[in-house]
Amino acid sequence: MNAQASTRPAPVAEPLIRAEGLSKVFSSKTGLGFGGKRADVRAVDTVSLEVARGETLAVVGESGCGKSTLGRLMLRLIEPSAGKVLYDGEDLTQLSPRGMRAMRRHVQMIFQDPYGSLSPRRSVADIIAEPMGVFGIGSSARERREMVADLLTQVGLPPRYMDRYPRQFSGGQRQRIGIARAIALGPSFIVADEPVSALDVSVQAQVINLMQDLQQKRGLSYLFIAHDLAVVRHIADRVAVMYLGRIVEMGPKDAIYRTPHHPYTQALLSAAPEPDPDRPSRRIILQGDVPSPTNMPSGCAFSSRCPLAQDICRQERPPLRDELPGHQVACHFARPNPIPV
Amino acid sequence: MTTASIDTFEPVSPAPSRLEIFRQVILARPATLFAAIVILIFVLIALLAPWLAPYNPLAQSFLKINKPPSAANWLGTDQFGRDVLSRMIYGSRNSLILGLLSPALAAVVGTTLGVVAGYFGGIVDRVISRIVDLLISFPELLLAIIIAAALGGGFWNIVVVISAAFVPGFARVARAQTMAVRQEPYVEAAVAVGVSTPVIILRHIIPNIAAPIVVLMTLWTASAIRLEASLSFLGIGTQPPNPSWGNIIRDGLNNLFGSPWPVIGAGFAITCVVLAFNVFGDAVRDILDPETAQ
Repeated sequence: MNAQASTRPAPVAEPLIRAEGLSKVFSSKTGLGFGGKRADVRAVDTVSLEVARGETLAVVGESGCGKSTLGRLMLRLIEPSAGKVLYDGEDLTQLSPRGMRAMRRHVQMIFQDPYGSLSPRRSVADIIAEPMGVFGIGSSARERREMVADLLTQVGLPPRYMDRYPRQFSGGQRQRIGIARAIALGPSFIVADEPVSALDVSVQAQVINLMQDLQQKRGLSYLFIAHDLAVVRHIADRVAVMYLGRIVEMGPKDAIYRTPHHPYTQALLSAAPEPDPDRPSRRIILQGDVPSPTNMPSGCAFSSRCPLAQDICRQERPPLRDELPGHQVACHFARPNPIPV
Repeated sequence: MTTASIDTFEPVSPAPSRLEIFRQVILARPATLFAAIVILIFVLIALLAPWLAPYNPLAQSFLKINKPPSAANWLGTDQFGRDVLSRMIYGSRNSLILGLLSPALAAVVGTTLGVVAGYFGGIVDRVISRIVDLLISFPELLLAIIIAAALGGGFWNIVVVISAAFVPGFARVARAQTMAVRQEPYVEAAVAVGVSTPVIILRHIIPNIAAPIVVLMTLWTASAIRLEASLSFLGIGTQPPNPSWGNIIRDGLNNLFGSPWPVIGAGFAITCVVLAFNVFGDAVRDILDPETAQ
């Protein structure tokens, strides 16, 4: 990682947060306890990435590829099986529970489900003020209410509704409440786990704009988890493509969208709807199914579906290496637009 | 960039308030209203026992042993010449206090165990769950008899006995509910903003599992009254000469064919109260948990 960083023309300064070799294995037993087989799922497999100050790194991939697990590992909402997460040089995975709770002031999360992530029994003011109470911000209830009002204004909601309950708001409004809670402590890094995928398209743009607006004003760094490539193209600085728990390609947004080097990235991009009906659809249809995560192919995880797969792909796992400065690809046959159409 | 351009500002109309649901459920159903009145009457009887009872419930009289109902003794007298009506009025105190106190105590203990097991999981869960399984494998009455035999009678021992019989049920419900609520995104959100585990349990778990616990409490009030009567009938509940509905029936059995009135009166009282609490418990469930009711 470090060797690669030194060869890169440093598009970013010292990263704010960095994951090194992050892995998560979920094990489950099948059968009735006795003699059952253990099934291990490597939801996230030795992922390394970094996010600079003020940068948005988008993580894309199909359902079940481990992108949400990766987001939770970055915030230690689940314990990693291996690897570390360095925030400003400090390893989050080594912190005591108390130390980790103190760290949560700096690293926050915006959740996918604007309905489930707000407690139905608590008013908007209670929800947004909860993190302030934990960290002793604001000396009195009145002061906290003023801060809540200010936060609501910042996310574009009228403060006069702070005593209402989440069920009285629409999905987009709820997501704004969730964003207000996330920024209440003034964090530097926010994991946004599919923050707009549950919203109507017209509302998605408003929430994305709000997130970009807050990023500019507060210098936030985002790890933006998504499956909608159009949304990612709008908000991301860099993009990481995940397939079955591994990053297969990572690089600047334009490089990923214009000249994908990994066949999976190319297939994923070709699946995005083409807005112009007159342009010919050049969709790449992958053969076969996603392999069972409990029974991964040896070698490259994508080899079972890849139109370019050769013997070496089934035997040897390709490492994630720099193809171009700042543009990493994990493929034995990496080149611009590798699948001929 | 203007963030103030918003879909709609007006929040949707609030859901019907608790008070409205209360009105619908309690007042619109004659059975619930009737049950509430019955419970109220029995509570008043228990509270006002010293003023309502025509005689001292412990006063014996050899002159009127086993008398049938008369103008002086409306439900007759028992084998010691005590006034049965007075004994029933005073006995309602034992029955109702036990009926309300035991489920409440069991709810506190059982919910604590269940929440701890459900929230922390792992070895803690396995130990607590196996103990609960062990207790739940005994029928309630049998469990109560075992504990009562070990502890002996007396008011507080009976409270403990009946509570212990109910603890496993509360623990199971609390555990299952906690495991469900623990998966809610808002619990993860609380972890993410740094809320400590005890506060998460008190602020986010308990309020969201309270409804089924409260419903269970009202339903088991009826069971507790029944259980106390059963234990007293078997002679290991409320100890003579103190009156309770259970031991009035027991005493009355000795002279069932001479004077059936003690058995009929106490049996009728137990039936009324148990039925009323069951109907009332159903209504409480409908108020607290409208989704499962419909």
